[in-house]
Amino acid sequence: MAKKPQLAFETRPWRDPSAKPFVRIRNVTKKFGDVLAVSDVSLDIYKSELFCLLGGSGSGKSTLLRMLAGFETPTSGIIEIDGQDMTAVPPYHRPVNMMFQSYALFPHMNVEQNIAYGLKRDNMPAGEIKDRVAELLTLVKLQDYGRRKPNQLSGGQRQRVALARSLAKRPKLLLLDEPLGALDKKLREETQFELVKIQESLGVTFIVVTHDQEEAMTLATRIGVMNQGEIAMIGEPTDIYEYPNSRFVAGFIGSVNMVEGIVTEDEPDHVRIRSAELGADIYVGHGVDCAPDQILWWAIRPEKMHLSREKPEGEQGANVTRGVVEDIAYLGDMSLYQVVLESGKRIRVSQTNSVRGNPHAITWDEPVYVSWAPDAGSVLTV
Amino acid sequence: MSTIGSQLPPPRRLLPWKGLERRLRDVGISGRTLVIAAPAIWLTVFFLIPLGVVFAISLATKQFGRPPYSPLLTTEGGTVQLTLHLSNYVKLITDPLYVAAYLSSIRIALISTVITLIIGFPMAYAIARAPEKWRNVLLMLVILPFWTSFLLRVYALTGFMRGNGVINQFLGLFGIEPLVMMQTDFAVYVGIVYSYLPFMILPLYTTLVKLDTSLLEASADLGSRPWQTFLSITLPLSIPGIVAGSMLVFIPAIGEFVIPSLLGGPETLMIGRVLWDEFFSATNWPRAAAVAVAMLVVVVIPIVLLQKAQDAVVEKGK
Repeated sequence: MAKKPQLAFETRPWRDPSAKPFVRIRNVTKKFGDVLAVSDVSLDIYKSELFCLLGGSGSGKSTLLRMLAGFETPTSGIIEIDGQDMTAVPPYHRPVNMMFQSYALFPHMNVEQNIAYGLKRDNMPAGEIKDRVAELLTLVKLQDYGRRKPNQLSGGQRQRVALARSLAKRPKLLLLDEPLGALDKKLREETQFELVKIQESLGVTFIVVTHDQEEAMTLATRIGVMNQGEIAMIGEPTDIYEYPNSRFVAGFIGSVNMVEGIVTEDEPDHVRIRSAELGADIYVGHGVDCAPDQILWWAIRPEKMHLSREKPEGEQGANVTRGVVEDIAYLGDMSLYQVVLESGKRIRVSQTNSVRGNPHAITWDEPVYVSWAPDAGSVLTV
Repeated sequence: MSTIGSQLPPPRRLLPWKGLERRLRDVGISGRTLVIAAPAIWLTVFFLIPLGVVFAISLATKQFGRPPYSPLLTTEGGTVQLTLHLSNYVKLITDPLYVAAYLSSIRIALISTVITLIIGFPMAYAIARAPEKWRNVLLMLVILPFWTSFLLRVYALTGFMRGNGVINQFLGLFGIEPLVMMQTDFAVYVGIVYSYLPFMILPLYTTLVKLDTSLLEASADLGSRPWQTFLSITLPLSIPGIVAGSMLVFIPAIGEFVIPSLLGGPETLMIGRVLWDEFFSATNWPRAAAVAVAMLVVVVIPIVLLQKAQDAVVEKGK
């Protein structure tokens, strides 16, 4: 469901060093008393992006969003939107609208009045307001619900009203605070799709705050992972997943096996790491910025490893280890194996169930070999 | 062996109400009936019956003696005769004094309510938006005057407003002539607003504290300046509190007796004072009773109307 890339510079302006960012966040810090909520964050977001701020609770992602909306003023730093300094501009003068986590629909107004609220503030003629409201109701598929009060709507309908209301003024930038948080899983998946479609058709820049990594991966053109008020990593979903820059990012997104190791060979074209935890050497098929005897971490996703009964070749006498299958979780499309290595370390390996009802599948308590390709894992120094 | 054990009676526990409950149940009275009956009996004995007595007296005429009104039921030659006098009610309508007193009471109560609302709303809003740890302290300060006698507080106001009172002494420092405040309608307004302000603040506070701040943020986000947000979001959503607070001020203010007699002048005409005069000065119990019944009607009608309006608002909010 992620956006299909067309031409790199057209759809991925962040790869173009000369592109002008639409939202510029420069060294923004926010303190609440002594508590540092957002710490020296710098971030560029480009036009028509769907940028996800991903982080756990208390990571500062909502505070950053609220500063963009104007509900909080940064303790220091600058926020620019479309080339204008917005740091001290009150919310009602910003070309920004927000969709609230609780939807914040006005309970004493019906759906139409809620959507028209912002338009009335702009003194738009009544006829135009009516047309715009009808257009938005069609967009969110609530044509027959215009006269209902918010409490006569289901959670999913309220969410759509909130979206329509925040889009009514055609903002240049739409902020969404946990937009799908209150929906159940099935509705959430449908709505994710809708949200991307609406965002693409309107070309509005979206900044979405979420704690749900799956949601971020699905929606975003780029993700900013936040941790303790700081940006831990910014990148496209594939970068974040496949090339995490730190143990935090690797562990936060998806499931991962992480082992400690020590560098035994440090060459420009390869690195060899000895890991007692893994009970094997790791041969990494590219150069890494490290030093011999340095202790570092190696992270690999469950699906990047392979299980076999016979000992595979391995790579340069490395990248193979042994263990016993302790547990299997059958997930239908794949099975997740928990393998206990000789060191006692448990790792997870997923295998696609490509053969129907495979009677020869590896089963409980079987001794197995676990192997991986030279570039399957990430070497992490922090 | 176990059968012997089971034949032993269970240990007796001291639950005296159990026996009472059983006996009541034998007569067909359950705990549920009791719970409903208790307040019903209370209301009947201490509210409905006295009200009936007052209504009955209002249909008698004044006479000298004890009690100072004519009996409704008389027995004459073996026939029971019921005599109802409507003259008191006729008098209420025909005598301009009563009509003027009612109108004046409503006017004073209405103006006081509006002033209380204007003063109380910002206070309630400030308390509701204060940091959580301060809210209870601030509410405490609002309630604190209740710990002193109402009479004493009203009386203390005279100390402020009389000719050589605190205010005039203060103004005297700047060479300003003393103001006449006592025995005027102004003093009555001050008294009512001062005394009933907490009744306005408390219900307003409870609605305002529940007001979701994200609604105010959403309004600002959609382009509303603070005053527009106040008019289109805060005010409509606090209507239940405004209605409740206004009723709590308006209704007792209409029948107020202490404040107009202590602070008001001879021209401050309020129905509570008229009633007092009829009862104690003129010893005209039937007339006083009729005034009281009429006042009840005057008060009940706005309550019912406001209740209806409030229900409509709640219904619409659903």
